Amino acid sequence: MSTVPVPYRVLSSRPETPDCVSLTLAADGATLPAFAPGQFAMVYAFGVGEVPISVSVVGDGTVTFTVRAVGAVSAALCKLAPGETLGLRGPFGSGWNLDAADGSDVLVVAGGLGLAPLRPAVHRLLGRAARLAVLVGTRTPADLLFPGELAGWREQCRVEVTVDRPTPQWRGSVGVVTALLDRVAVGAETATALVCGPEVMMRHTADALHARGVPPGRVQLSLERNMRCGTGHCGHCQLGPLLLCRDGPVVDCAVSRQLLSVREL
Amino acid sequence: MTARSGAPGPAAEGGVIGTDGLTALVDVLLARGFTVVGPTVRDGAIVLDELASADQLPYGWGVELEAGSYRLRERSDRAAFANAAGPQSWKSYLHPARVRQWRADRSAGQLVVGSDEPAPHRFAFLGVRPCDLRAIAVQDRVLVGGRHRDPVYEGRRTGAFLVSVECTEPGGTCFCVSMGTGPAAGPGYDLVLTEVTEAADSSDHRFWIRSGSPEGAEVLAELPLRPADPQTVSAAREGVSSAAGRMGRSMPAVDLHRLMAGTLDAPRWNEVAERCLTCGNCTMVCPTCFCTTTEDVTDLTGDHAERWRVWDSCFDLDHSYLHGGPVRSSAPSRYRQWLTHKLGTWWDQFGSSGCVGCGRCIVWCPVAIDITEEAAALNDWAGLRASADEVDGP
Repeated sequence: MSTVPVPYRVLSSRPETPDCVSLTLAADGATLPAFAPGQFAMVYAFGVGEVPISVSVVGDGTVTFTVRAVGAVSAALCKLAPGETLGLRGPFGSGWNLDAADGSDVLVVAGGLGLAPLRPAVHRLLGRAARLAVLVGTRTPADLLFPGELAGWREQCRVEVTVDRPTPQWRGSVGVVTALLDRVAVGAETATALVCGPEVMMRHTADALHARGVPPGRVQLSLERNMRCGTGHCGHCQLGPLLLCRDGPVVDCAVSRQLLSVREL
Repeated sequence: MTARSGAPGPAAEGGVIGTDGLTALVDVLLARGFTVVGPTVRDGAIVLDELASADQLPYGWGVELEAGSYRLRERSDRAAFANAAGPQSWKSYLHPARVRQWRADRSAGQLVVGSDEPAPHRFAFLGVRPCDLRAIAVQDRVLVGGRHRDPVYEGRRTGAFLVSVECTEPGGTCFCVSMGTGPAAGPGYDLVLTEVTEAADSSDHRFWIRSGSPEGAEVLAELPLRPADPQTVSAAREGVSSAAGRMGRSMPAVDLHRLMAGTLDAPRWNEVAERCLTCGNCTMVCPTCFCTTTEDVTDLTGDHAERWRVWDSCFDLDHSYLHGGPVRSSAPSRYRQWLTHKLGTWWDQFGSSGCVGCGRCIVWCPVAIDITEEAAALNDWAGLRASADEVDGP
């Protein structure tokens, strides 16, 4: 029953940045169906509450969620130690449409924590896409997620990182992530873009991709709204005609571009 | 469709019962184990409550409905169902305002979750007006018509016995005709009644009753039934068709789905928000509004937790809360969310309108905002803009 959390045990809790933790989980009994990249779970911290979090790694018998401590529930999740249990419901929503990306040029554009939902898509795309470029924007060098893994990806695809606020030691790019688009060569007409980050970043990225000739139907955004149920019954995740827990969170720009341009929709 | 063999001439379907038959109906339903819920007078309103007998029905009571106003009135006849929608709807029983979804215990590092059994009630709803019958069908689509089925709703809805009563007395805020939901009952009932009062044709107070399901036919067979005589049937039909001509209001006869999608930038949202208190009354009384939020609670030991689900409203700031603040902070955006969802995006999400024309949102709005007036104003504005575009166009 998709309304009742299933107990999962924390196998490892790995600090990623000063406020982000990756929790790798295994079922403590009954197992949920496999998560697809881009899908999310409702993650329950005992007695505190539940938040929607996209899957960060789809493992063999395990699943990993990368959580930023921004509220009571996420802070409680970040404090969980190996061996402790939490509740999980899901998988919910539409994942990244990776079939559309098969054999084509793929641009993965992440802002901040937005890299986490894109991570399992990259895992699937390495070796599958014709040309793959991963563009990451983050606030400061310390906020960069998965730096070790990004270094590994660099051997198989193009990886570019930019920060808003550099430290004296930072030797990389500074500025918004859309500025990185000009550095990568893709066949715009046939390229697929997967984008996740703050809404304002996604809006600008979608506009920049549009300006470079990538058709809106080939730009996939992972959108976010308040979610309470995940099952399409609570009404919170509406974005105009969409219920994002059901019709999203991944929605292509042909559908979402106009909706995101309406204030307070 | 029960053709009566041996009946003289082309017999109308169903039969006729008197008020004693109504009493018998409640008794039969109770004897079959149903929790019978129907209208009754309490606190100056016709409310829905559990009935122990048909004597509790609001015999002789009517209502005066206007925008922002609900008053009981004494009728000159003894009609039981000649009263338009009250403050509650059947969603109070099928989609309760507050329900525990599950309990969990934490012991020795283990999380043990137990889901609450569905309510054991088998409800029989007596007096479901056609607009509300449609509202139940709308909530069916939302709560059990998709990929995930809401177990609370499903547990209460499955096996519910619906006795519809066709509308012969619309209120001043009613507009079911323009929404295509009444005053005749659509599909989905187990039994349907049409009331004919003693005043209608100086005969006795009676009901033309038909069944719409095998279980309805079983119940019908247990009632003190007279054959459906032509006089009663024609008086019943006349009552319903006359009601269709007495609607207090109507929705503009345009494609509301398209109208809502095309008027997101209309100045009318700001005008209505100057009156709207964002209290959410319209969403609470609406028979189709389904939004809920969750409350997670623990006891003092911290080892026992519960998840409660409670009604929520899109007028509440927390409804659209995303880390950092609400997406819809302004009143115009919240009123727009409600109206465009109800009349427009509901079609995209669930394949039907979210409005059934019951008029409750008009009656129970403390500042008398009228959904039909707002839709008409948006339609006027869209028309003006379209003609301005024509003038400016090539």
